[in-house]
Amino acid sequence: MNNALQMLLGKKGLPGLLILAFILLVVFPLTMDVDGLNLTGRFLAFAFVAVGLVLAWGYGGLLSLGQGLFFGIGGYAMAMYLKLEASTPEATAIQTTPGIPDFMDWNQITSLPWFWEPFHSLTFTVLAILTLPALFAAFIGFALFTRRVSGVFFAIITQAIVTIATILVIGQQGYTGGVNGITDLRTLKGWDIHTDQALVVFYFATVVLLFAMIALGMWVLSTKYGRILMATRDQENRIRYSGYSVAYFKIFIFALAGFMSGIGGAMFTLQVGFMSPSIIGIIPSIEFVIFAAVGGRLSLLGAVYGSLLVGYARVTFAEAFPQLWLFLIGAVFIAVVMFAPYGLAGLYNTHVRPRVEAFLVRMGWRPGAPPSDTPRAIDPQAAQEARK
Amino acid sequence: MDYSMQDLMAITAMQGFAGLSFFSVLLLMALGLAIIFGQMRVINMAHGEFMVLGAYTTYMVSTLASGLGPWATEYYILLAIPLAFLSAFLFGMLIEVLMIRHLYHRPLDTLLATWGLALVMQQGFRSIFGAREVSPSTPSWLEGSWRPTPMIDIPINGMAIMVLTVIVTLGVVWLMYRSRWGLRVRSTMASREMSAAVGINTRWVDRLTFALGCGVAGIAGAAFTMISSTGPTSGTLYIVDTFLVVVFGGAGSISGTVVSAFLIAQGQSILEFFLGSSMAKVTTLLVIIAILMMRPEGLFKSKVRR
Amino acid sequence: MTTHTPLLLAVEDLTVSFDGFKAIEGLNFYVDTGELRVVIGPNGAGKTTLLDLICGKTKPTEGSIKFRDTELTRLREHQIVWKGVGRKFQTPSVYEGLTVYENLEVSYPEGKTVFGALLFKNTPKVDRKIRETAEAIFLTDMLERPASELSHGQKQWLEIGMLLIQDPELLLLDEPVAGMSVRERELTADLLNRITEGRSVIVIEHDMNFVKQIARKVTVMHQGKVLAEGDMETVQSDPRVIEVYLGH
Repeated sequence: MNNALQMLLGKKGLPGLLILAFILLVVFPLTMDVDGLNLTGRFLAFAFVAVGLVLAWGYGGLLSLGQGLFFGIGGYAMAMYLKLEASTPEATAIQTTPGIPDFMDWNQITSLPWFWEPFHSLTFTVLAILTLPALFAAFIGFALFTRRVSGVFFAIITQAIVTIATILVIGQQGYTGGVNGITDLRTLKGWDIHTDQALVVFYFATVVLLFAMIALGMWVLSTKYGRILMATRDQENRIRYSGYSVAYFKIFIFALAGFMSGIGGAMFTLQVGFMSPSIIGIIPSIEFVIFAAVGGRLSLLGAVYGSLLVGYARVTFAEAFPQLWLFLIGAVFIAVVMFAPYGLAGLYNTHVRPRVEAFLVRMGWRPGAPPSDTPRAIDPQAAQEARK
Repeated sequence: MDYSMQDLMAITAMQGFAGLSFFSVLLLMALGLAIIFGQMRVINMAHGEFMVLGAYTTYMVSTLASGLGPWATEYYILLAIPLAFLSAFLFGMLIEVLMIRHLYHRPLDTLLATWGLALVMQQGFRSIFGAREVSPSTPSWLEGSWRPTPMIDIPINGMAIMVLTVIVTLGVVWLMYRSRWGLRVRSTMASREMSAAVGINTRWVDRLTFALGCGVAGIAGAAFTMISSTGPTSGTLYIVDTFLVVVFGGAGSISGTVVSAFLIAQGQSILEFFLGSSMAKVTTLLVIIAILMMRPEGLFKSKVRR
Repeated sequence: MTTHTPLLLAVEDLTVSFDGFKAIEGLNFYVDTGELRVVIGPNGAGKTTLLDLICGKTKPTEGSIKFRDTELTRLREHQIVWKGVGRKFQTPSVYEGLTVYENLEVSYPEGKTVFGALLFKNTPKVDRKIRETAEAIFLTDMLERPASELSHGQKQWLEIGMLLIQDPELLLLDEPVAGMSVRERELTADLLNRITEGRSVIVIEHDMNFVKQIARKVTVMHQGKVLAEGDMETVQSDPRVIEVYLGH
């Protein structure tokens, strides 16, 4: 039970992982053109945030409406590096001040701000992507959780924080590119990021990293920490008297979710070639929650399906009936929360899984297993009981 | 920055009065939310959209009235305010029946479901009224301004909104703390089982409380049309501020809500003059969050045994 | 107070007020090492508040709570647990979403920090300890069941088991037999007598028969203060106690 490897390779986790890996690594690349893969890759970048939300919100009970902040830190860090690489003195010779990003020049800034300097280095950039989102999340978590801010208060404050971040980014356009964001990114170490080859590589890199995040999440949930996290979500007041410092347990999972979001943000920037405040604000931040909710708040794999499904639905609908999209997404949100609080994964576990298992048993592919075999944490009824 | 003492006084006064209009709308919004969140612990993310519903109701009344002659254009607002209340109240009641009552034990889920509702309502407004912002005609008696000194200029409509806000606030205080109905609400929120046992229909108390909160947001919408034009997404501009007002005031306390709306609106309005609107907003939000960290239970909440 | 055994817990001049109402007022209360103390008193006497104060759930307005040489009022709840104070609540509170086994595992006094919990290994020693504890609380058959499936009495036992596995020096029990059947009560009295060996225990109880079964020394609380203290007979014949329980 406690052995992570056993959990990963055990019959519960493995088939789901393999099926998803097969879809993402074989089916999609064989059936889609590069544009299709690139679009999927963007949705998968959002899935990093959704996976983090499954951990923080689904298992930890910390509903953050501000995950765009961490996605944005990762995304902007990547964009800053790429922008500096695109802003060589030769490429920007027509500017008043050559060698700085174009939007700075437009805003009468004549030298590179100090906090942009380190982003000349790819090593620093990668380190920043891997650490800054987690550090920010840990800082916010420390400030809020040690003061016992939780539940809806936490949700509202995280929303306020992402509001602040967006206002700052838009307001300080000389330093951030303002409402347009950081655009016109071209190369990564001289390698054109818009070529088909680059886009395919980024797609596969995104998939691999996403699986690494899912594996990390599964491992965390399989440890005693995972059980304490769930116990905290369900009976926060009791867990303190088992000798746990609730605040630090929450800070960790929130920082982990921030860490994942940051990597997603960086992969997003690489695949779309820009970063802008419209991708990190209040509305995108809550859309991340929709992805996790649709997929199933207790399912790490569900988060990936949720992100893909909502992503494709948006593209399809927004093209055909743009005015219907908000109706649809709003209605989906209401319906999922009210009728399927455990999302697609919950529906699968209650309606499809028993049939699949029965089928496997009937075909003689699996010995008859007791029906209570379903993992408890993903069983909606048990989980709902526990939440009361 | 070189301002003489006299300039500073005038700036403070002017920004103070500008802040008062903002304060009024914020307070009207927050009162509705304080009733819903403070009493029922329900987070209604669509609260801003209920305000917009009231604003569009006012706009419709104004449009219909303009066909009836000049006298109607002058006084439509007196009819529009109760109608704005009523439309938001009834729609709120409908939402309580269809959605909220199924989610009482899941506060975070209520938050998400009402966010979905907000999206649907926004698109509904856009489909019906168009994406362009609209404003009802302003009656001539609300136009112009009052100038006590040459440097100070107070718009009449701002004062009218203040008066409306005072009336509504007193009304809410009377309803919640002086009327029998308010007693039922407070007893239901204190102990649902006991209240049911003494014969209070707690289901109707919930429904009316929620609807009342929405109705007050509708009045906020009517007031909103007097200072700004209304678009489908106007509500989202206020929702974060409104929540912070309620939380900051110590959820549930009406006097706390009034004071916190005042502090936030005035603080932001005065900072705006010196820092520009975006930095003023950032500073205000940061200060609120910092204070909430020091006093998570808000400004006006006393120590209770948990 | 003269004692030949060292003091384990010294509560002095303790006051806590909620919104002006003093739930505990100038309370002095001492517990010796290895002592079993029963606290009784009418509703609202401040008994549960006293336990809340000791385990850090409530912070006092003034006064001190010394556990050996440590001032508990300055510590957070989990630190107080680490010092060796265990608390059982009035309503059984176990982790309903976890199995009985996991409930006990979570309570096991190792891997209490974030990284400790991440790297926690369920060694044979831990496993043995969990199974021993389960046996002591009559739940061996239920080890793999979710705690939500337990009966009310079984949840009370599980919570006692969760305390037991923590091996605290001071146990705080708030009405441990509330809501139990007669048979469960007997088993629990027996269980309490066993687990209280070698540690200090403070029990709050209403059931006088149960009190007589376990009590050696009784403290009577009334309106946030200690009204009387002594053995059962002395206390029962104290006119002030009779007044509080029967009077007015």
